[in-house]
Amino acid sequence: FPEMAGAEGEDSLYPIAVLIDELRNEDVQLRLNSIKKLSTIALALGVERTRTELIPFLTDTIYDEDEVLLALAEQLGNFTMLVGGPEYVHCLLPPLESLATVEETVVRDKAVESLRKISQEHSPVDLEVHFEPLVKRLASGDWFTSRTSACGLFSVCYPRVSNTVKAEIRQHFRTLCSDETPMVRRAAASKLGEFAKVLELDYVKSDIIPLFTALASDEQDSVRLLAVEACVSIATLLPQEDLETLVMSTLRQAAEDKSWRVRYMVADKFSELQKAVGPEITKNDLVPAFQNLLKDCEAEVRAAAANKVKEFCENLPEDSRETLIMSHVLPCVKELVSDTNQHVKSALASVIMGLSTILGKDNTVEHLLPLFLVQLKDECPEVRLNIISNLDCVNEVIGIRQLSQSLLPAIVELAEDAKWRVRLAIIEYMPLLAGQLGVEFFDEKLNSLCMAWLVDHVYAIREAATCNLMKLVEKFGAEWAQNTIVPKVLGMSNDPNYLHRMTTLFCIKALSEACGQEITTKHMLPVVLKMSNDQVANVRFNVAKCLQKIGPVIDSNALQAEVKPVLEKLATDQDMDVKYFAQEAISVLALA
Amino acid sequence: MEGDGGSEIKQWCLSQVKGAIDDDVTEADIISAVEFNHSGELLATGDRGGRIVIFQQEQESKTLAHSRGEYNVYSTFQSHEPEFDYLKSLEIEEKINKIRWLPQKNAAHFLLSTNDKTIKLWKISERDKRPEGYNLKEEDGRYKDPTSVTTLRVPVFQPMDLMVEASPRRVYANAHTYHINSISVNSDNETYLSADDLRINLWHLDFTDRSFNIVDIKPTNMEELTEVITASEFHPLQCNTFVYGSSKGSVRLCDMRAAALCDQHSKLFEEPEDPSARSFFSEIISSVSDVKFSHSGRYMMTRDYLTIKIWDLNMESQPVETYQVHEYLRSKLCSLYENDCIFDKFECCWSHDDSEVMTGSYNNFFRMFGRDGQAGVTLEASWESSSPRCPLRPWRVCAGSRRKEDEIGVDCLDFSRKILHTSWHPQDGIIAMATVNNLYIFQEKLN
Repeated sequence: FPEMAGAEGEDSLYPIAVLIDELRNEDVQLRLNSIKKLSTIALALGVERTRTELIPFLTDTIYDEDEVLLALAEQLGNFTMLVGGPEYVHCLLPPLESLATVEETVVRDKAVESLRKISQEHSPVDLEVHFEPLVKRLASGDWFTSRTSACGLFSVCYPRVSNTVKAEIRQHFRTLCSDETPMVRRAAASKLGEFAKVLELDYVKSDIIPLFTALASDEQDSVRLLAVEACVSIATLLPQEDLETLVMSTLRQAAEDKSWRVRYMVADKFSELQKAVGPEITKNDLVPAFQNLLKDCEAEVRAAAANKVKEFCENLPEDSRETLIMSHVLPCVKELVSDTNQHVKSALASVIMGLSTILGKDNTVEHLLPLFLVQLKDECPEVRLNIISNLDCVNEVIGIRQLSQSLLPAIVELAEDAKWRVRLAIIEYMPLLAGQLGVEFFDEKLNSLCMAWLVDHVYAIREAATCNLMKLVEKFGAEWAQNTIVPKVLGMSNDPNYLHRMTTLFCIKALSEACGQEITTKHMLPVVLKMSNDQVANVRFNVAKCLQKIGPVIDSNALQAEVKPVLEKLATDQDMDVKYFAQEAISVLALA
Repeated sequence: MEGDGGSEIKQWCLSQVKGAIDDDVTEADIISAVEFNHSGELLATGDRGGRIVIFQQEQESKTLAHSRGEYNVYSTFQSHEPEFDYLKSLEIEEKINKIRWLPQKNAAHFLLSTNDKTIKLWKISERDKRPEGYNLKEEDGRYKDPTSVTTLRVPVFQPMDLMVEASPRRVYANAHTYHINSISVNSDNETYLSADDLRINLWHLDFTDRSFNIVDIKPTNMEELTEVITASEFHPLQCNTFVYGSSKGSVRLCDMRAAALCDQHSKLFEEPEDPSARSFFSEIISSVSDVKFSHSGRYMMTRDYLTIKIWDLNMESQPVETYQVHEYLRSKLCSLYENDCIFDKFECCWSHDDSEVMTGSYNNFFRMFGRDGQAGVTLEASWESSSPRCPLRPWRVCAGSRRKEDEIGVDCLDFSRKILHTSWHPQDGIIAMATVNNLYIFQEKLN
């Protein structure tokens, strides 16, 4: 664009003119940019022109890219003041109506969200005169896209309209629940719960329940599974004594549906369902249903149910909780421990430890510990890791001594696993374990493992082991480091294997900061400096790199007096790489 | 059974021929897919050059008894481009293997097209308005003097000539190791399946970054491979049911409700082999080249090299109807094997009311079978030997040397002219088929 001279300082129209022109620029990014600044344009135009010119233009802008339409749909939800306040808010309906019929789900959903928002800004009269007719138009639109959008709008107008209009809205919703396209029935099913919440209780019973029952036995399983979600809201609305007659047969049917996807949904929503139907029905109906889901023939369903084991047990009525778990849930859990599917086992492993707090010490030792041990030896590392990462909750219940006797062998076994990736995973859990088990236990049982990894024959393990040491020092402090690990690390500097000597350097690099100036200068630095005479060039240039890293931690006297001469010597080394890294260290540490 | 006895024989007339009438055909122009949309208003073709051409049926201006609206080009676009897989050093052809229309969801139309590896969702939409009026430039693009801008101008939409746009909406890539042979949209309107030689994947139309594997017949040891998937389709009404046909001639019906992975079929449709007819070619000619559910969802049709079989979904042991497409080729299988014709994949289709079926053959012949038990009729797609509105003359293929006017000898058949791709208007007596590079449209003669 040409420069605009002399217009600055005044109330220039130029920037706004650019924004308006860019609403139809060929570059989608510029169009998007303009749409995002729509409020600026509207402010400049004033409420009158916004209503009469900008909004009609936007109404026709439905050919654009999704991202532009999405931004537009969002902007219009906040446009009420820009068109002149609640009195004129209805003029935003035409563009949002056309956006609510586009094929792109995200755009439609955003348009519906904005419509819901501005519905609150309509006066009760405007709601009936402008908003409700729009909902009706969408609900009886030719294309399913508009009918799906309508489903999300009923609940926002229902509470604020007259009884006649309410009856019409209920009728429209009924029609959409039996729409010929599954898309609309799905949309209706997913809004059923929300709609039920705004209805009078009598209508919930007379209108919603038949719709719920019908949707829950729809021929398409994609519709039936959404009825499960609605079941939660509906059950919450009904008085306890009506649940059995109005909801339970449908729920039982869903839990035994032919389609695994519906059963999966039941398993996935189990905790919510449990809360919604209350303790009595849970005892009589949900416990057997949960048992069946845990034994389902489809692994996806078992995994979803396994995920809920802890929550389900926690929410059981307190008076019979332990009995129910011991006699009904635990036998199924025992079977799942040796399930054929690793996702099921892994889902179980992520929650099973939580049962120990519910069952107490004795039951945990007698019944759960054997299961933990089986899972700790599972062939799938994810299962083992899920167990290890939840050790803290068992720790609280049975104490570390008990735990260590049984768990330690399994951890040691993993730590020495032939597959390096498994060893790697265990290392990554070590800081967490150390925190859970405490320093004393760690020194006694795990320290030697951590040191053994430093001389692992796989580089990735040695590297992870180095990083692990750093995290341990951060946890247990510098003093602990000086007493336990620093001597061992420094001892490796005399190892005949140059790879192990290099590990010393890597460890020092990692630990210096956590150990602090004193330990670094007094204990580590002399070893590093001594290693500058190593016969292997790789060790020597790592000395240079190491010095560069620990330089800032060392006190400045030592830096000048000890580090500088060594680096200067290395800078004249015959090996190119040693020279390079020595020079780099000199310049970074500003020793030149 | 359906049909009311079939007292009158339906007659077909040539309606239109599309494409250059020329002996010199370039490879890219060869049509590889033909598909009517759900209303029949649009007809899409795909070719080896990766292009898709969409024809739209003219609105009838006058209600003429003898003709229905003709199909005119509506939109043409490049769907797929040739690509190169650097990891496997393989060229990926741009050839369109299949086109499937989505049920209409708004004023625009959507279709899925696929080549060997990548499926794309296309939107075909009309635009008849464009915005006019700039602040800082003239309509022809010249910039105005910025100081002359004293009032703001909001653009206004003005009518313009109708423009049809095809825009790519989604690209579903990297899910198939082998060549995609089928795509099929589910009746739930939100998922579709794509099948390659060994696997079937389930996609959600809105998500391109994930698909679920629902069938995997790849053996751990590829040397044990004995069977591949050749075609697959969703049931038109039951969203949980789909079928796939195999190179061994069997069709498996799977129920997605039963398990997430449908390796275990619920039904196996297979005809017991006649041991006396067994030959070297038995397995090749029994390979299922196409499988289509009837509109009612009660029946399923399979096409193998020599026959069409119709199966009742409730009977797995044998087909309820079998139609011989070109039985006279049985004696020529050896030479058809040598020139690779035996591997041709013929499609088949149902009439709009499920009362007839159609499939292609060689020599630009196509076969139509009424399901009331009458012998099928052989018609020819030829612009030279048919005139508009005149019923097509049926042909007879005979083995002997003496022949009448409407007969042709087996040895005179031209095997390079074949009708592989066919489609039947979903509501009307209109059929479309591809002969190499030409699209033929025929209409049922109205009495």
